[in-house]
Amino acid sequence: MSKQIKYSKAIHEAFTYLLENHDEFFVIGQGLWSPWYVGETMKDLDKKFGKSRVIDTPVSELAVTGATIGASITGFKPLVVHPRVDFMLLAIDQIVTQAAKWRHMFGNNSSAPATFRAIINRGGEQGAQHSQSLQSWFAHIPGLKVVMPYDANDARDLLISSVLADDPVIFMDDRWLYDEVSFDKGLKLLDLKDVKPEIISTGDDLTIVGSGYTVKQIIDCKKEISKLGVEPEIIDLRILNPIDYNIILKSVEKTGRLLVVDGDWSSCGIAAEVICSVTEELNPSIFKSKPMRVTLENAPAPTSKVLEEDYYISKERIIEATKKII
Amino acid sequence: MSNFENLNDINSFTHFSELDISTISNETLIKMLYKMILIRKAEEKISDNVENGVIKCPCHLAIGQEAIAVAAGLSMIDGDKAFGAHRSHAHFLALNENTYSLFCEVLGKEDGCSKGMGGSMHIIDQKNGFYGSVPIVGATIPIATGAGLSISLKKEENISISYFGDGACEEGVLHESLNLASVMNLPTIFICENNLFSSHLRIDQRQPDLYTSRFALAHKIESKVLDGNNITELYKFMKNQFISVRKSHKPIFIEALTYRWKGHVGFREDEDVGVKRSQDLSKWRDRDPILLLVNELIKENKLSKEELKKMENEILEKIDSDWDKALNAKFPDKSNLNNFVYS
Repeated sequence: MSKQIKYSKAIHEAFTYLLENHDEFFVIGQGLWSPWYVGETMKDLDKKFGKSRVIDTPVSELAVTGATIGASITGFKPLVVHPRVDFMLLAIDQIVTQAAKWRHMFGNNSSAPATFRAIINRGGEQGAQHSQSLQSWFAHIPGLKVVMPYDANDARDLLISSVLADDPVIFMDDRWLYDEVSFDKGLKLLDLKDVKPEIISTGDDLTIVGSGYTVKQIIDCKKEISKLGVEPEIIDLRILNPIDYNIILKSVEKTGRLLVVDGDWSSCGIAAEVICSVTEELNPSIFKSKPMRVTLENAPAPTSKVLEEDYYISKERIIEATKKII
Repeated sequence: MSNFENLNDINSFTHFSELDISTISNETLIKMLYKMILIRKAEEKISDNVENGVIKCPCHLAIGQEAIAVAAGLSMIDGDKAFGAHRSHAHFLALNENTYSLFCEVLGKEDGCSKGMGGSMHIIDQKNGFYGSVPIVGATIPIATGAGLSISLKKEENISISYFGDGACEEGVLHESLNLASVMNLPTIFICENNLFSSHLRIDQRQPDLYTSRFALAHKIESKVLDGNNITELYKFMKNQFISVRKSHKPIFIEALTYRWKGHVGFREDEDVGVKRSQDLSKWRDRDPILLLVNELIKENKLSKEELKKMENEILEKIDSDWDKALNAKFPDKSNLNNFVYS
């Protein structure tokens, strides 16, 4: 019997699984006892599993993140929730300078296997300080893994594998995906080390790479792109650091064309990284056209609805870029 | 009460107290003395080799502050977890007298406590209760608080210890962490080693009051100001309080007032980034924590001058031999650079 699963429900399932099966797991963060901070993704978990394992906190991103790391160093596999990426930046020392380096600087004698759930919550006229995603910032840091699921099954399975991994992981889920529905393949226990980019649909003419919400946008453009007479091969990155390039390289070798869509700014971003790594590896003669990227406009997020329409990535911009490439 | 106008007058420090060895066993007293001298001599060895250029990594020395680490170390039991900062050689050696491991680490050698990957500022010895030190000011305060959360969630009878200095009290994270530990009832001991200096600035140039324990009050955490150079007072207080916090799971804040003999970083003594401290320093040398204990032990006939000399010689021999061995130890394998990034 085929079953559907909603992205937000999938995250909820992951938490339920972890709380039921792993005593070394707890989750902490602002708003966990409130119905609206994290949508349906954690509904009533505190009631089912108790307030000592689903912990709401004072307004102290830095100390709470540091405490999560401290717990991870001393035997737990905890997850700290940041209901908005923007506020997580208050904890940046602990994530970037402590957790990411802990194993290396202590010569592999210790580690900080905490997971930082960074929720991307933007649009709706929320403005410059309630709209950032910043995945490429985090992906820049050796020692941090960055996971960004598009598919609901991934939202569940990669959340579990992020928590159970022995490394610090930034898990970024986008609220724009919460109501998306996938065919439920059932919970799968994956080792994060084995997770690679995934080909969502195959095609011979153009490789389009996305991550998180942009994968959905690319898929939404597929019919229209086909009408242009080209079949796109759509690749979901899933993990932004470290990136396994094999699948992408093979695809571009086949198609000779590369478009990267990244829901963040272009400068020093994931799209730049993917294009650079692919062009460094492949012989220039295989390219039928210049690689391209579609990213956010290079400005802080605006508030006015009219400006938001231009700021965020639209279907039209993806189609326009596709036309230029082919 | 603020004593700023008297910071130059050591006699005006109201927290100074007399040592009282009467209720501490001879064995413990000798252990205290041994550990303090070992730390002193090890740091003097490091200081000499920073000066002559053999050690390259930044070394922040705790010479003059040994009593605090030794008192806390002797009050810890299995399962207690301490976290340090940039000035942590003493915290490490107080728990494990392995000077070879420390020397190797400051030399970037494979046998170092962090396999030569950390240097002086990133030392660790989890087996003996030292869970890591880092030089970002205040950074281990929330991490130690999280170790307290671990102990609390596992319902263990243990404590976590956060060592930090008066400078770290100017970081916002201390206040977030004290609040968290207080509202969540975490068994964390916050130990502020107030040595009056943060880098080159004396506390009266940075804070409106001498006593950092005033911050504990705001978070309803019990606190106590102690003479940081009086090991018997420190030990008796810590020993009892650690026992009590292991049961109560309520944080406490201990402020140990002391003085840093060396500059902020490196071997230089009486000057620090242009600040002359020679007058203060000579007075504080008279309140050397080691000297104070030696005087008391000799006065009470618990130690002879000969025994002291013998102990010092033994320590010096161990240090010289460990240093020479460390000089000849191997450097880390080059593959460590990339192998330790992820699990």
